[in-house]
Amino acid sequence: MRPEAPGTPVPVPANAPAPAPLRWLNRPASATQITHRARLWLYVLAGAVLAFLLIPTLIVIPMSFSASQYLEFPPKKWSLRWYEHYFSSATWMSATATSLKAAALTSLLATPIGTLAAYGLSASRLRVARVLQVLLITPMIVPVILIAVGVFYVYVKVKLNNSLMGLVLAHTMLAVPIVMIVVASALKSFDMNQEMVARSLGASRPRAFLTVTLPQIRFAVVSAAVLSFLTSFDEVILALFVSGGANSTLTRQMFLALRDQIDPTIAVISTIMIFVTTLMFVLVQVFGRADSQAQQGAR
Amino acid sequence: MPVSSLAPPASAPPAGAPAGLNAAALRADERREHWQLLGLSGPALALVLVTMVLPIGWLFGLSFLADDGSLSLMHYRRMVEQPSYARIFGATFQVSLLTTGLCILLGYPLAYVLSQLPRRAATLCLIAVMLPFWTSLLVRTYAWLVLLQRRGLINTWGIELGWWDEPLPLVHNMAGTLIGMVHIMLPFLVLPVLNSMRSIDLECMKAAANLGASPTRAFWTVFLPLSLPGLFAGALLVFVICLGFYVTPAVLGGGKIIMVSNQIANDIELFFNWGAASSLGVVLLVSTMVLLWLASRLTRLERLLGASR
Repeated sequence: MRPEAPGTPVPVPANAPAPAPLRWLNRPASATQITHRARLWLYVLAGAVLAFLLIPTLIVIPMSFSASQYLEFPPKKWSLRWYEHYFSSATWMSATATSLKAAALTSLLATPIGTLAAYGLSASRLRVARVLQVLLITPMIVPVILIAVGVFYVYVKVKLNNSLMGLVLAHTMLAVPIVMIVVASALKSFDMNQEMVARSLGASRPRAFLTVTLPQIRFAVVSAAVLSFLTSFDEVILALFVSGGANSTLTRQMFLALRDQIDPTIAVISTIMIFVTTLMFVLVQVFGRADSQAQQGAR
Repeated sequence: MPVSSLAPPASAPPAGAPAGLNAAALRADERREHWQLLGLSGPALALVLVTMVLPIGWLFGLSFLADDGSLSLMHYRRMVEQPSYARIFGATFQVSLLTTGLCILLGYPLAYVLSQLPRRAATLCLIAVMLPFWTSLLVRTYAWLVLLQRRGLINTWGIELGWWDEPLPLVHNMAGTLIGMVHIMLPFLVLPVLNSMRSIDLECMKAAANLGASPTRAFWTVFLPLSLPGLFAGALLVFVICLGFYVTPAVLGGGKIIMVSNQIANDIELFFNWGAASSLGVVLLVSTMVLLWLASRLTRLERLLGASR
């Protein structure tokens, strides 16, 4: 069927004549030689799903700069009025401070606790270690509402309710499994023999860990710290039950406001939260890339 | 090492041979060290015991106590007898199942395209999947509330463009809850499925094509079955997480979608009925654990959860 003379390179089969920029459509797209054209619908669907994932969150950002009493998109008149409202509101400011404090403390507690547990359990060859590993990861699995109700019950008895410390303890428990998973996966690719060498040269176990192991898993530890910060900062359900009064968190206040009215102030807070999250995400990515390049260079 | 032929190293004596003088001491030392390493998880363990095991154990006990403090199964009996509970379990199951189904329909094709893109493009698209994942769940739920409400963006645009005349009821109902939950759960499906797709040997697809299968047939008979374990594990994970959802149905369901978690919160906040809340919690926990145990038979749970953040 082919019109070409034998010996000439066989061109891509063309179902339809296409102008040069669209020729890629007729090229084979996978091992089965299906053309890009035949599965164009698949690309459109995937693109639509990506848009569905990304766009809704971003639409809040321009809305927060509206001058109107109501949420508009795009805003007819721009202003910082709602930012002023947020920064001058005592309630929102105290909630923000509480959330930042709780998140920072959670990160400070969960990172060392989780790193120690991950290190100990991955180095220990006892069978109990596997059981403990599962037990320590269960807070990720158990429905948070159940933890929240139970912790609320216990805190009322021991008078930890509405206290910052109670909230931080509960959030740390939620963050430790995340730290453990991140650090344990980094330890898996770390060669423990290096630590053995350091110890055979006279370093104590803690010193060997601090000077040999920790520098090599530092990227995982930093990501774990960031993740535990976000875990606490974004957490809603425990905050609803366990925090309150002067120690209400930002998410608790947002949730309560959401049930009553759709205040543009929440668009402002959402914008700030999106900004902070994205910044942390980018930092972790950039740091991770620089770290892995440095390690490859060292090898 | 000529010495070793005379005296085998004590740490690994050959089977049956008399162990070295220090063998017992070394073994005891090793055991002690492993216990010490285990001790490093002490703080984490104490924390989990105090803030999770103890409170939930307490709830477990409460669920078996009648109002006068005697041991009874009244809370569980009520669950079976009262039709309102059947409605709650039904709604929870329905929302979770529909969310899982929609996540499969949208997430599988996305993961498929991602698995075949060149690495750099795939990484870029993966960031688009991960970014909303990092964003606060409350912020995303709020965004949907803004978009879907009566005078929200979608209704305004739809009417302006003449697609429909009356504002559609998109929120404070099942539709809104599902949209919000699918948005939150999609990455939980895409990541494990993508992982399992990347481990498929594409030579199998070439072989299928060589043997005369059309691309469609090769996909259905070779690729799909190979990706099923990942899909199944991801779907089960999505389903289980959905069972415990609280925030999204509370905000986007507008009080009309009452899932188990919402009922537990209502029992405590409105009725101070600890027994009812605890027994619901026990049922929720047990079903979650059973399903996850099933999932762990199929894939390593750690990897599944690790991929999720």
